[in-house]
Parts: sequence; structure tokens; C-alpha cells
Amino acid sequence: MKRELPLLLTAVIGLFMLLSFFVPHHVVSVPADFLQQCAVIVVAFGYVLGGANALSVNLSAIARRQPDWPYKLVLVATLLFTVLIGLKEGRHWQDGNTISMFLYNQLYSSMQATMFALLAFFIASAAFRAFRVRTVEAGLLAAAALIVMLGRVPIGDQLTAWLPEPVRLGAVQDWIMNVPQNAAKRAVLMGAALGVMATGLRVILGIERSYLGGGD
Amino acid sequence: MTLSHDFGTWVAALLTLCIFSFLYKDNPLYKFAEHLFVGVSAGYYIVLNFWTVVVPNLYDPLYRAFTRHDPITHAVVERTGGPFAGSVGDYRGWFLIPGLLGLLLFTRLVRRVDWLSRWSLAVIIGVYAGLKTTGFAQGDLVAQAQASLQPLWGHDFWTSVNAILFTIGLLTSLLFFFYSREHKGSLGIAARTGIVFLMVSFGAGYGYTVMSRLSLLIGRFQFLLNDWLGMK
Amino acid sequence: MNLSWLEKLDRRWLFLIVGVLVMGPLLRPIGVPLGSSKPVKQFHDAIAAIPEGAIVLMSCDYDPGGKPELVPMTRTAFRQLMERHCRVVITCLWTGGSGLVDETIEGMAQEMRAEGKDIVYGRDYVDLGYKAGYEAVMVLMGKGIANAFPQDQRANATSSLPLMREVRDYSSFAMLVNISAGYPGTKEWVQQVNSRFHLPMVSGCTAVSAPEYYPYLQSGQLRGLLGGMAGAAEYEKLRGEKGSATKGMDAQSLAHAFVALCIVLGNVVQWTKRRTTP
Repeated sequence: MKRELPLLLTAVIGLFMLLSFFVPHHVVSVPADFLQQCAVIVVAFGYVLGGANALSVNLSAIARRQPDWPYKLVLVATLLFTVLIGLKEGRHWQDGNTISMFLYNQLYSSMQATMFALLAFFIASAAFRAFRVRTVEAGLLAAAALIVMLGRVPIGDQLTAWLPEPVRLGAVQDWIMNVPQNAAKRAVLMGAALGVMATGLRVILGIERSYLGGGD
Repeated sequence: MTLSHDFGTWVAALLTLCIFSFLYKDNPLYKFAEHLFVGVSAGYYIVLNFWTVVVPNLYDPLYRAFTRHDPITHAVVERTGGPFAGSVGDYRGWFLIPGLLGLLLFTRLVRRVDWLSRWSLAVIIGVYAGLKTTGFAQGDLVAQAQASLQPLWGHDFWTSVNAILFTIGLLTSLLFFFYSREHKGSLGIAARTGIVFLMVSFGAGYGYTVMSRLSLLIGRFQFLLNDWLGMK
Repeated sequence: MNLSWLEKLDRRWLFLIVGVLVMGPLLRPIGVPLGSSKPVKQFHDAIAAIPEGAIVLMSCDYDPGGKPELVPMTRTAFRQLMERHCRVVITCLWTGGSGLVDETIEGMAQEMRAEGKDIVYGRDYVDLGYKAGYEAVMVLMGKGIANAFPQDQRANATSSLPLMREVRDYSSFAMLVNISAGYPGTKEWVQQVNSRFHLPMVSGCTAVSAPEYYPYLQSGQLRGLLGGMAGAAEYEKLRGEKGSATKGMDAQSLAHAFVALCIVLGNVVQWTKRRTTP
């Protein structure tokens, strides 16, 4: 029963959500609306759980003096400080010059942007060391990549300004995006849609049960 | 060059440089910044979800339902019906259900009772399976198939050529993903043609990815040069 | 020609070159002229066609990771909407984004107030802030925007805001302007809102996502598309502005040329190595 009842619940709710797409009557739409409210609230609790889990994992790592444990102490201290300050500041914690917004703007925002900015360096390094054209298909990929990369930025049109307008890098890049790229992407989109529909039905019908986890 | 006098800008700039130091090699400054970032993120996510969802979407309606007072102004809330007389958008006491489901999620942290969290997951999975199935069916399958039915001739020459090429590309790319039969004969030719279009699309995707990653670096340098060092 | 030394080149030299090529044009702009592409014009024209005074939903679904590409789009789109006297309801479905979005919108509003424009929070624009729930929030809003967002970003009750008294559900909006960095974003808005509620929409997105949305543009599910910093820069040019996206395009050009050179050079090194190795 520990697995069967949740499976039955998934099936009922899933079928209800499918039905709500087609049936506007309040007998279906009101419970569907309530279920969506439930999902919003439970997802929010999920984020809180995620934070609590991060705290739990790092506290046990500190207790066991695992490698890099002083850094984990920094993590835990910052986490607790951010939470306590945010809760203390109340409903208006995001107004103006609160400590929470300082932490958000100067720590979270700047560090997250920088973490992603590191990727720029690695993409250049990978382009030099790992991008190898060994087959015709890889050659096609490389050719398309080069044309799009140069055609999408102003320098592309400048480099090919001496060519007639329809064959300049910008125009060729445009054509690639609108015709062959579009066709393939649409095929992938439609194929993925079929896959998602199949998986969704498998989940609703209880064939796919991996989300329940192991154990009894 | 006018250095910023803002303390916050200096904190942000120094942490940015700590993270960039990873490019030379992994070092204590980077590790410190990385763990600081994870701690602030996790803490921020908890507080954000608490004040923007748990309080206004759960606590406030329950407070109103059972005390008949507004949780902020404490003014009396006039309404007909009891705590469980709900209607669209006003579910009052029924919010006890998602509240309980949310709390049950925390049983995942305790091995002996983690099976209770399956109820919460069942609700989430059921809702999203239903939403995604219809969303993908309507938005990605039906609408896209409809848009693919375009006239192949009757326009100017190049528009017709592009339309024919597009249709060939779409059909052959779809056939490439058909694995129920071996890719031999005419299906093999179609699949190999599909690969050509797919490779072009992957190359275009790579080009755009390069643009995206470099933009992020440009943004950080703009911050360091303009906001921190004042070199406008 | 012996190019084997290139193969052994420490990648940190490549990092240094990238850094210099990006920093250089930011300090000394080259001024390579910007073009304009059809999807960007379509985005601009779609907003220009919105009736004056209409209410528009602007969902800014990104976090600081998408700042350089998406903040310029948000600023330019918000300004264009305000200049058409449209009233804007802003939401954010990304957990780390609501603070950045609020700062961007409020910064833009203050700039416009300094120019003498009468823009009042609560009357002309409202920031409803963040809500968890991805697609569930999108469909929930279909039954009532205030049901999903009982309070705004500043903890005001939604029902107390003058603009929100005119907003019921998606039928109250003339258009959805979605600025998105990934999931949840444009794809989910197309699937759940454009398909179900038939709300016209335009999208500004990161360059990583842009190729994926071209099918939606061609099918008419999207009426316009801005892709990445280049799209943001072209949009700024169409609007006669010179924002951070435009200023970054020189650096983008040089960096792209360098990455293209890396691909070519890396393969040349490999080919010459294969030819010389018995």
C-alpha cells in the first residue's frame, strides 16, 4: 500500500489534469485549479527541503572532518545567516536597502554571473583542443558553426561586405537559421513531444514508477 | 579612472576576481567564494520561497479562513460560509491539504518514514505529467505539424525552393528518429539526408552557444571596468 | 611547418587572449556597424502594434546568469511599452531572478521619471515578483492572476493596486512579452498559455535557447524573437538607444572571430600532425 496508493493518486490527479484541458465545466476546472495551487505550494516546500538537505549534508561533513571541511563551515554559516536575516526582516525583506538585498545583489548576483562567465574561457579552449573534424558530418557541423558564429555578429558582414548581399555571412546565417536549422529543430521538437506524451501517459498509468524511489 | 566608493561594489568585484582566479588554477580564494555562493544561494532560496509562496499562498488564506481576520492589518474579513466553503481562487481551509503535503516532504530526511513523502511527490508528478502531456501535444505537436503544412509552390522561385528544402529537411530528420526499422534502402537514404540537416542545426546551436557564453563574460567585464574601476 | 608547439600550448594562454580580446573593445570601442534581422524587427513591430493604453504581461524569467543578454532586452522592451502608454504587469518564475528583475524595472522607471515621464508604480506598472511552480503557475494564472499572486514583490496585497483591479486573467492582456533564460520560459509559455489561452506573445531569450524557438516563430506562436546579446543590440538600434548590449558587440565580434580561428587552427594542427606522423 505504501507504493500503490501514491500511484493511484498520481493516476487520478494526472487524468484530472488531462481532462481539465478539454472540459471547462466547474466540476473539473475548480478541482484542477486547486491541484495547481497545491503544486505551487508543495514545490515551494521542495525548495526549502533542498536548502535543509544542503545544511544536513554539510553539517555531517563538518562533524566527520571531511576534506575541505572549513569551506563547508563557511557554507553552513552563510546559509544560516542568510536564512535568519531574511526571516527577521519580515515580509518587506526585498525592499530597498535590507541586508538580504545586499547579500542578493553583491554576493549571489555577482558570483552567479561570474560562475557562468567562466564558461566563455572554457568554450574557447575546447574549440581549440577538442573540436575535431574527422567525418563529413562533423565537417558540416563545423561549417555551420563557423558561418553562424561569424554571421550573427557585425564582423561577419564587414568581412564579406565585398560580396553581393544575398551571399554575405549575415544573409547565409539567416538562411541557415530559417531553413535547414528550423527544419531539423522542428523535427526534434515534434519527436520530443511524442516522447514526453508517451512518458506522461506511462507515469499517469503507473507503468513508470522510478519517482517513488526504492524501498517498500 | 574613478574607483567606486561603494562598499557593495567592492565586495562584488573582489568576489568576482576570486572566482576568476580559478582560471589560473584551483585555489583557496576560489573555494572560499564558491562555498560562500552556495551558502547564500541555498539560504536565499529558502527565504524567497517562504515569503513569496508559503506565507501569501498558504499561511495567509488559512489565517483568514480560521480567524476571519486579515493577517497583516488584523481587520475583520467579511465573508459568507465557513472555513471549508471554498470557491475558485478562495479555497480557505482546504489549503490544509497542500500544507500537510509540503510538510510530508520533509520526511525524506528521516529514513524510517521517508515513504510518507511519496504522497507529496504523487501530487506533484500527477499535476505536471498532466500539464506537460497536454502542453507538448498542443504546443509542440499539433501546432508545429499544422505550421509545417505550407504551400510548396505558387510563390517566387526562392521561397518555393526554401519551402521544399524545409519540408525535405523536416521529413528526413523525423525519419532519422524512426528506429523501428533498420536504416537501409530508401529509409537509409532518407535518414542520411536527415543527418545532414541535423548536423547543420547542431552547428548553428553551437554557434549560438558560443555567443551566449561570451556575452556572459562581456557582462562581467562591463561591471568590473564600468561600475568598479569607473572606466567608462 | 611545425605546429606541434600549438598542440602543447597551455590553455591559460588562450584564456588570456580571450580576456584581452573582450576587454580591449570595451575600453576602446571599434564601432563595427550593427545590422538588423527580421525576428528582431518582428519583435519591435509586434510591440508597436499593441493598442495604446493596453495592459501587457511581461514575464522576466531569468536570474543573474542571464543578465548581460536579457537585462538590456528587458529595459528596452519596458521603455517601448511605457512610451506606448501601455500598462505592464511583471512576473518572474525563476527562483534567483525576482530581485534582479525588480531592480531592472525600477531602474528603468526612475530613468524615465527623471526624463519627465509620469510613471507611477501600482497604476502604470506592477511587479508581482516570484512564484514557484513552473507550468502550474502559468495555468493557474489563467483562472485569475491574483489567485496565483495574492501579493506583489513589495508585499502589497494585489487587490489593493489600481492596475490589478483591471486585471482578471489572460483575457485582460493584449500581449505577453517573455524574456527568458531557459526553464521555465518561452517554451512553457507557448505550450501552456499561447496554446491554451491564445495570448499573443513575443520572446527575448538567451542565445543558447534561440535556435530552439525558431520553429515557434515560423509557426506564428511567437510574433517576434530576440536572440542573445546580438538580438538585444539590434533591438536597441531599432529603438535608437545605445545600451550595454550595443556596447558589448565589438567585444563579441572579436571574441567570435578568435573562437572561429581556434576551431580552424586546432584542426590544422591535427591534420599536419597526421600528415607528418608515419
